[in-house]
Amino acid sequence: MAEREQIRKPNTEERESETADAPAASERGEELKAELDDLLDEIDEVLETNAEDFVKSYIQKGGE
Amino acid sequence: MAIPKTVGIETEYGIVHKGTEDPNPIAASSVLINAYLFAAGYRADAAAETVHWDFIDETPDVDARGYAPMGAMPPDVETHLVNAVLTNGARYYVDHAHPELSTPECFDARSCVLYDRAAELIAVRSMEAAGDLLPPGEELVLYKDNSDGKGNTYGCHENYLVDRSTPFGRIVNHATAHFITRQIFTGAGKVGAEVPGMRTDEVDFQLTQRADFFEEEVGLETTLKRPIINTRDEPHADARKYRRLHVIVGDANKSQISTFLKVGTTALVLALCEDDALTREFTFAKPVPTMRQVSHDMSLRAPLELDDGSTITALEIQWELLDHSTKYVEAQGTENVGGDVAYDVLLRWKSVLAALEDDPMTLATQLDWVAKYRLIDGYRERHDLPWDDARLRALDIQYGDMRPDKSLSDRVGLETLVSDDEALIACTEPPHDTRAYFRGRCLQKFGDAVVAANWDSLVFDIGTDALRRVPMMEPLRGTKAHVGSLVDECDSAAELLRRLGT
Repeated sequence: MAEREQIRKPNTEERESETADAPAASERGEELKAELDDLLDEIDEVLETNAEDFVKSYIQKGGE
Repeated sequence: MAIPKTVGIETEYGIVHKGTEDPNPIAASSVLINAYLFAAGYRADAAAETVHWDFIDETPDVDARGYAPMGAMPPDVETHLVNAVLTNGARYYVDHAHPELSTPECFDARSCVLYDRAAELIAVRSMEAAGDLLPPGEELVLYKDNSDGKGNTYGCHENYLVDRSTPFGRIVNHATAHFITRQIFTGAGKVGAEVPGMRTDEVDFQLTQRADFFEEEVGLETTLKRPIINTRDEPHADARKYRRLHVIVGDANKSQISTFLKVGTTALVLALCEDDALTREFTFAKPVPTMRQVSHDMSLRAPLELDDGSTITALEIQWELLDHSTKYVEAQGTENVGGDVAYDVLLRWKSVLAALEDDPMTLATQLDWVAKYRLIDGYRERHDLPWDDARLRALDIQYGDMRPDKSLSDRVGLETLVSDDEALIACTEPPHDTRAYFRGRCLQKFGDAVVAANWDSLVFDIGTDALRRVPMMEPLRGTKAHVGSLVDECDSAAELLRRLGT
C-alpha cells in the first residue's frame, strides 16, 4: 500500500511534537495487560448481582 | 461548494425504573427531566413551567429526495411531553420512551465531544435529582447504549449542515461507503447478534450496537425499516441554502475518541462530497448486508463486495478517505471542516487506522468496541465462560451504565479529550461560535421573557404587545463575536429586541 505512505501529516511543528509524545503502541499494550487484571479483580464487586435476571429484565422500548 | 460543517449529536438514553412493579418509561423519562430542571434551577418547583420547545417550524416528514414515498411513515412529534431548552443551547426532552439530549450546534468535532460529555454529566445529575424525589427504594438508571439485546433499538443521531446545491445522490454514494466502513472505529461493541432470522449466539461479539437494525439503503423512516442514509429534510436553517444530513447509523459512544472521530471524519467526507473531491466511488453490491458484515468481522479483513465484482476491505476504504481528506485540507484549508481541530482529526484518524491494521487491542483506551471486547473477553477467559453466558451480556449492558459507581466504561481507562471541569461549565454555558450562543445567553439573561425556543428561532413575550419571534436561520450567526457585547449591554429583553430591530 504505497498510497498510504503518501499521507502527509499537517506540517506544523506543534502537531508533530504532539504525536511524538504518545507512547509506543506496544508498550501501551503491555501496560494494558497488567491493568486488565486489576480491572477484572474490581469488576466482581461492581457487577450486577444476578446477571441472568438483570439481563432478562433489561427491556427498552424502541425509540427514535 | 463546501460550507462550514455545523454539527450536533442527539442521544436517546436507555432508562430503567428500579424498585417498582409497574415501570412506565415515558413517565419515568418525564420525572427524570423535570427533576433535573428543578435541581438545576430552571423551575421554582417540579410542576412549574420552563421554556418550551416550539414546534411551529418542525417538518420531520419532508424527504430530502423531494418527495414523500408511498407508504412512508412520517416520524411523529410528541408535543405534549417534557421538552426543555437549556442555557447551554441544548434540548432535553422525552422522545418516545426515552430521555433524549441534543447538543447545541457545534462548530467542530472537539466542541461536539465537549457538549456530548456535558450531556452525560446532565444525565448523571438527573439520576441523582430523580433519586431525591422518588420514594425510598426507587431509582431511575440511565444507560448510554443503543439496544436492549432483545431487538429493541434507540438512536444516537448526528447532524451535519451541508450545502443544498450538492446533488443528494453524490452524498448518498460517498456517505454510504463511509458509514459502512467507519464502524471499525465508531462501534460501541455488542455481545451477540440481533439480526432477524439469525440466532443471537451466531456472533460472539460484534463491533457495533446498531448495524443489525438496518434494512434499507435510503429512506425517511427512523423507527422501522431503518435506512443507512436517512432522508429527513428538515434543515432548521435557511432551506434554500442548507440541508441537514440526519445520520442514524451511529452508536452512542462513551469513548470521546470514538465520538471525535465519528463526527470529525464524517464532516470531512461531507466537505469532500460538496467540493466533488472524491474521485473514486465505492458502490457496494449489497450495502445493507455489507454493513452487518463489517460489524460482525472482528478481523477487519473481510473482503467487501463492490458492484463491479471486485472486493475491498473496510480499512482500505478508510485509508483512501483519509488520504483524500488530508489532500483536501492541504489544498482548501480547514475553514469548512472545523478549523484547526481538523488537523487533530486527521492525525488521530491516521494513528487509529494504523493501530487497527497492526493490532486493534492496542486501542483499548481509545475505542469503545476494543475497550468493551478486552473487558468482556478477559472476564470470559478468567471464568471460562461460553460467549452466550448471561454474565457477559450483563457486562455489555453495564458498560453503558451512567451511574459513576456502576459504570464499567468509567473504569477501563478511556482517554479523554475534554476535562470534566470544562464539561461542567458546558452544562450551562453555550458554545461561543454558533447561534447556540444567542439562544443560551438569552435564556440565561432573559429567561423569563423567552416563551418558546426552537433551533432556528426564539419567541419573546415582553408584555407590551404581540409575541415577538427572532428568527435564527443562519447557524453561524448569533455567535459571541456577533452578539456578545449586545446581550451583555442590554438590561431587558425589550431593549435587546429594540436594538436587534425586530
